[in-house]
Amino acid sequence: MSNEVNPNIHSTETSHADLHDEHHVHHHKETFITKYVFSQDHKMIAKQFLATGIIWAIIGGLFSVLFRLQLGYPDETFPILETFFGRNAEGGRIQPEFYYSLVTMHGTVLIFFVLTAGLSGTFANFLIPLQIGARDMASPFLNMLSYWFFFAASVVMLSSLFVQTGPASGGWTVYPPLSALGQASEGSKIGMDLWLISMALFVVSSLLGGLNYITTILNMRTKGMSMTRMPLTIWALFFTAVLGVLSFPVLLSGFILLLFDRHLGTSFYLSDIYVNGQILPNEGGSAILYQHLFWFLGHPEVYIIALPAMGLTSEILSVNSRKPIFGYMAMIGSLFAITILAFLVWAHHMFVTGLNPFLGSVFVLLTLLIAVPSAIKVFNWLTTIWRGNIRFTPATLFAIGFVSVFISGGLTGIFLGNSTIDIHLHDTKFVVAHFHLVMGVSSMFGMLAGIYHWFPKMFGRYMNNTLGYIHFWVTITGAYLIFWPMHYEGLAGVPRRYLDLSGWTSFNQFTELNKFITIVSIVVFAVQLMFVFNYFYSMFKGRKLTTTNPWGANTLEWTTPINPGHGNWTGEIPEVHRWPYDYSKDGREFIPQTEKVGEDESQH
Amino acid sequence: MSTFLIIAILILGFVITFQIAKASEYVAILRGEEKARKQSNRINGFLLLIFLIVGLIGVYYCNEALKGKLLGESASDHGEKIDMMLYITIILTGIVFVITQVLLFWFAYKYQESDTRKSYYFPHNNKLELIWTVIPAIALTVLVGFGLFYWYKITGDAPKNALVVEITGSQFKWEMRYPGRDGVFGKKYFKEIDEAKSNPLGQIWDDPANHDDIVVTGDMPIVVNKPVKLIINAKDVIHDVGLAHFRMKMDAVPGTPTTMWFTPKFTTAQAKEKWGAEFVYEISCDQMCGKGHYSMRGTITVITQEEFDRWMYSQQPQYYAAFPDRNPANTPAITDSVKVASVNPTAAGTTLMN
Repeated sequence: MSNEVNPNIHSTETSHADLHDEHHVHHHKETFITKYVFSQDHKMIAKQFLATGIIWAIIGGLFSVLFRLQLGYPDETFPILETFFGRNAEGGRIQPEFYYSLVTMHGTVLIFFVLTAGLSGTFANFLIPLQIGARDMASPFLNMLSYWFFFAASVVMLSSLFVQTGPASGGWTVYPPLSALGQASEGSKIGMDLWLISMALFVVSSLLGGLNYITTILNMRTKGMSMTRMPLTIWALFFTAVLGVLSFPVLLSGFILLLFDRHLGTSFYLSDIYVNGQILPNEGGSAILYQHLFWFLGHPEVYIIALPAMGLTSEILSVNSRKPIFGYMAMIGSLFAITILAFLVWAHHMFVTGLNPFLGSVFVLLTLLIAVPSAIKVFNWLTTIWRGNIRFTPATLFAIGFVSVFISGGLTGIFLGNSTIDIHLHDTKFVVAHFHLVMGVSSMFGMLAGIYHWFPKMFGRYMNNTLGYIHFWVTITGAYLIFWPMHYEGLAGVPRRYLDLSGWTSFNQFTELNKFITIVSIVVFAVQLMFVFNYFYSMFKGRKLTTTNPWGANTLEWTTPINPGHGNWTGEIPEVHRWPYDYSKDGREFIPQTEKVGEDESQH
Repeated sequence: MSTFLIIAILILGFVITFQIAKASEYVAILRGEEKARKQSNRINGFLLLIFLIVGLIGVYYCNEALKGKLLGESASDHGEKIDMMLYITIILTGIVFVITQVLLFWFAYKYQESDTRKSYYFPHNNKLELIWTVIPAIALTVLVGFGLFYWYKITGDAPKNALVVEITGSQFKWEMRYPGRDGVFGKKYFKEIDEAKSNPLGQIWDDPANHDDIVVTGDMPIVVNKPVKLIINAKDVIHDVGLAHFRMKMDAVPGTPTTMWFTPKFTTAQAKEKWGAEFVYEISCDQMCGKGHYSMRGTITVITQEEFDRWMYSQQPQYYAAFPDRNPANTPAITDSVKVASVNPTAAGTTLMN
């Protein structure tokens, strides 16, 4: 009996092994659907995230141009706006409710859909398997779900733009009671429900992605790839995922309570409310509770946006300076410190909510503490380019730009983190200028640097360099022209989210400046469209890659074929023998991670 | 029409830029990619240096152009502390800003690719890293120290002699209540709010302390050089009492009263002399509160104690607006019956509260 069975078992094993080998050479039979739509290949999912992110960036950017028109030209009419937006822009003027919808959607879209999903989604998916030496994510299926939940979130959010009462309009933070009461605002009606549903789907997407990234990094590194041999991009994406996994559920809980308050008559956030001539029965809730729950994600979210950009910048500066990143361990340490501190500073958004002053002072201390790891990172980037031999690819320029705006925006954080100054500057244009520089522009720069740098790996073609240079110079100049003078408006006390300052004697002195900022933002937006064109054009028509390693980089992704299939490496996954930053060591320009350490090689 | 013209020009500019960019790619291939790359490297290196120089000049120019538009001297004592803290921070961060930006762009320019140079293999240096961990830490300790010192002064308890005013925000207006002659605010409950019956704040009329409380809308008179403590409420959504000239700010949260206090330094008349005839102390709502948020304006008039007393004397308690028949001024003939009527609710109110 047993004699008969054994050969059978043996033969199944062989056929399994055969199939397995074949898997790496021929891949599955792929249809258009499995290759481009419901793909489980991390590289394709990354591209899907990026393309969706780009579309959202155009929408979100366009919204900002629209409300900048109102801010710059509050007295003029633009008939074309009425053509497109009907009663929302009656007589060619943006109506207040529509203005606030634009502001809210601009914030939500850029923060969550572009700089979280578009940034982490793209580069975590693309780089983690390629740089740690894995054929794919730990769970390609969950990874695919992660994208499709994001897609569903996008559809719901997009649909909210078209409902009759308009999309959410209470600002991207959607503080209740404003967001809880349909009587208080048109945008708090069905638009708010759609916003909450969309964000709930987004949180699911982000958790599926994040858990996958963490699992993959911890478990699927190739032979020799110890944690301290990982490129800083991976470290940054790892901490980003940890932040997301620990803080997004708290946000979701806050949203669920808000939904309860909206529809089930609970009073988590509502108390003592007389709205629109109507006395509500709710008593005993706390509107501030929502702010705690929101900012417990909201602040880490800033780092969810910033850390990947830091990682990409570190890698790109090192590769193009032909120099190792300075202070590799300090860079990891400061990422770690930022991750921990990110959870301990949320109430600095709430200094003027009536928070206990003693509690406020604890948050001042912890907030300013974050400046230390941030300073370490900046000095390490400066030392990385010091005595380098720098090649100014568009990616390098954007990485340098990242450091510049990160310094500028980071320093103003020291103003706002200090509760005393925050009393005056809270919720003014100063805050708008600050966070746009430090997380908006800088993370966008990190993302653009990443796109320019890894585009050849994604599509086997180059982007057009000249367009890249124009893109960079106009964008960085424009970013400073827009946001630098805006600090002055904030110092003068101009509140944010004011669409017309003409009714105020204290704030009406900035008419010229507001016009100037509007014109610059239109130019900057136009140049971003040029980038988008360059991106899609180069996907099909760009100059083709002739070498697998165009930048002379050490990391593993450049050991794959020019257009790697599902599985990344055709043969064995390469083994790693050294850290990724051996540039200009012992007279050699670069030494890939796959090269064995030589006998007479110097130690560092 | 002009809109289409602008769009047409943008598209044209776009096409031309793209053609040039495309051509430059071909030229680069013809001339040798390596040579073209090195040339563009030099151009970008040079531009980085220019950007630094023009940028720093721009920072100076921007300051010259806009500093006149900032707020003048703080109009409150707390504001002086906040301004001082602001200056300390501006100086400290300003120095860091200039040093780091100069280093960044200078290094980028100086260490641009050159055939004659090799990169310096410099992976770490513990001493350097220790220096730039410790120095920021010390600088920040100084800032935290100063900051908290001022913070506790500003958020500490208001002096006993402070004038107390209750301010309530609702979409999109401000209402103020003064405690009246007895110096005590009467009790209120939001379910009592009834604008048709002249009870916009929900005062409980059974509470006799309410009978002399004065309610005004829009403008809040306060006394110069006398501390003022605001008790801040909101009726519908979160608002924020923003006083740019006094450098003060505090959220108005429905269901959770908040407070802040400060001492105004100049009367409105003095401020007009200082800053022009149009000057007015404004209350801005600084927390997103709905479609009229940008127009939710109130004002403050700072006057002398004497003027304030006179103003206060001229005001009618809200109680009389709600019950005109109980106003002794309206019905002098039946004063006695009014007294009786107003005594009864007093007694009832006391028992209710006990």
